Amino acid sequence: MQSTSHSFKDNARAAMANPTLQRAMGNMRHGFLAKRLAAIDRLPEFDALRDRARDIKNHALEHLDVYLEAWEAKVVSAGGHVHWARDAEEARRIVLAICQRLDARTVTKGKSMIAEEIALNPFLEANGIVPVETDLGEYIIQIRNESPSHIIAPAIHLVQDQIEQSFREIHTQFDRDRPLVEPRQLVDEARGVLRDKFIAADVGITGANFLVAETGSSIIVTNEGNGDLTQTLTKAHIVVTSLEKIVPTLEDAQTILRVLARSATGQEYSVYTTVSTGPRRPNDLDGPGEYHVVLLDNGRSRMLGTEFQDMLRCIRCGACMNHCPVYATVGGHAYGWVYPGPMGAVLTPSLIGVDEAGHLPNASTFCGKCESVCPMRIPLPKMMRHWREREFERHLSPAAMRWGIAAWAFLAKRPKLYRWVSGLTANVLGLLGRAHGSFRNLPLAGGWTLGRDMPTPQGETFHRAWARRRPRGTHS
Amino acid sequence: MSARDDILDGVRWSLGRSDGDGAAERVRQRIGEHRRNPIPTRGQDNGAAALKRFIAEAEMVSATIAPVAAEADVPGAVVAYLASHNLPARVAMAPDPSLARIPWSDRPTLEIRRGAAHPDDQVSVTPVFAAIAETGTLMLISGPGTPTTLNLLPDDHIVVLRASQIVGSYEDAWDQLRRARERDGTLDMPRTVNFITGPSRTGDIEQKLVMGAHGPRRLHIVLIEDHG
Ligand code: SF4
Repeated sequence: MQSTSHSFKDNARAAMANPTLQRAMGNMRHGFLAKRLAAIDRLPEFDALRDRARDIKNHALEHLDVYLEAWEAKVVSAGGHVHWARDAEEARRIVLAICQRLDARTVTKGKSMIAEEIALNPFLEANGIVPVETDLGEYIIQIRNESPSHIIAPAIHLVQDQIEQSFREIHTQFDRDRPLVEPRQLVDEARGVLRDKFIAADVGITGANFLVAETGSSIIVTNEGNGDLTQTLTKAHIVVTSLEKIVPTLEDAQTILRVLARSATGQEYSVYTTVSTGPRRPNDLDGPGEYHVVLLDNGRSRMLGTEFQDMLRCIRCGACMNHCPVYATVGGHAYGWVYPGPMGAVLTPSLIGVDEAGHLPNASTFCGKCESVCPMRIPLPKMMRHWREREFERHLSPAAMRWGIAAWAFLAKRPKLYRWVSGLTANVLGLLGRAHGSFRNLPLAGGWTLGRDMPTPQGETFHRAWARRRPRGTHS
Repeated sequence: MSARDDILDGVRWSLGRSDGDGAAERVRQRIGEHRRNPIPTRGQDNGAAALKRFIAEAEMVSATIAPVAAEADVPGAVVAYLASHNLPARVAMAPDPSLARIPWSDRPTLEIRRGAAHPDDQVSVTPVFAAIAETGTLMLISGPGTPTTLNLLPDDHIVVLRASQIVGSYEDAWDQLRRARERDGTLDMPRTVNFITGPSRTGDIEQKLVMGAHGPRRLHIVLIEDHG
């Protein structure tokens, strides 16, 4: 995927001025956040399981080379194939070669962030193969020519009317006056359209939440069942995944699965947890004839042994973005690449470079919420600070950002930028403080808030309120 | 240098791996012992407590449950379910010995086709390998008698579960699978192990929950209370 991370500021400004996006983002709080709390309430051992989950992944990462070899041997003995890919280009070519050998015309896809990372769809299309996204959210954004704005809820930036409109534009085979007012009707329509695609497809591509060294299995977790139809009905199942997904045993996978769904959607367990090992067996009545795993590095092996190694524990649950006031304000697209929110702010500079993504680690209020909800206990704020330090050392920051007072002067002389920065701050503070009405603690302003509470901004700056209230036709 | 060697060398270099540091031995041991991590209290039930928890958890995720006293009552329960949803008396059934011994001929109006699912099948009937009380989850494995498509394609999925198949945790279920595979000498994994917790759903439209995204719209469990 082409990155626009370098223009994070412009992206964020546009996002904040987009009322539809702001309405869509509001849905997140009542959904994921409340459900997560309820699920954790029902599992008193949740925090102890987080500790264990962290330890399992640390152990696996510290022995990654040995686990990868053990896993590969098991995949091969079950009749599968492992393809190692140093970078996105290699991974794309491997997938294409498999599809071409099987004369594939259409490929169904389960949701895969690695497929987004290697920009697989445009590459397949350019080579005459039609990729069909089958996760409902992914399907919606595919027909709208957009990219995912969240790692588990790719269409979270959209409201229902926009989805209805896209279905009416694309699904021209149906009666133009059909009712599409209920989510149920939209889901049924997509179900029908995609059913035919599942059956017609030649190859099915999924991601993997885990790779199990003990058995050579890949595990996916979904609620819709699309990843299962994708891998069961086709000639070949291709898993596109990355090397840090490895866990030692099925028991280890289970421990992490106990914290995954609860952290992600607030479910106790996802509807479908599917463990796939090799191709169909000789007497099986269905299942894929071939099983391939494309194992991507793309910069991850370089993170080992550095201050960013902990990031490789990430299980892509999305909790850090669900709880991030900056993400909730600007949405996922503003981050400009595949991975948004706090995990993206740490991972993106590691994968595509700090020159391109250096703004992202600054998109934080350091409120610490992301780390406090991360099931893998990844110290996200600390790692964002590491990036800031690195950026500082490399003198990528504008000079004024190095000295607080100078920063204010810098902004004050640039009214547009000043408005943008204070707009971002007011929005974020508005969100953070809405529950209480005021702040007891303001990041970086400890002295000021010691003896008084700072009132919560109304979520709008004076500049913006003025612009809005100004009678039409007058000029400021 | 191949991509494989390049990547593995990079990993070893980053980790500062040296020969003789015992990593290979540690990994072999760790994989071999299937050590359990702590299992939450709610995953430690067995017997009647596990049965009760399984029912409560499965209903919470919108599965429906019809308890019956004996195997001979299963056909009646299936027919009653089809009638209550105005479905034709026709099912696609897993060609598995555990279902074959049920007296289906007691219900001659029920049309049964045995095999993998076809796209136009409305209802499937399958056995399960085990059920997990902790989250009301069913564990189904692929094999010659249990094609995976039956779990996915039809609108209504009916499973036949014996109370004696219910275990406390996922770990208990994996142990059962390992034992069963050792018994029949098939030491490897089945191609597919499906853990299914309620019917298919999506929240992709404004986080509103809609059932039946791609997999079955309804999941119905005929539960044979064969112990306790
Ligand atoms: S960083 Fe933590 S909270 Fe964020 S997606 Fe990864 S595992 Fe989840």
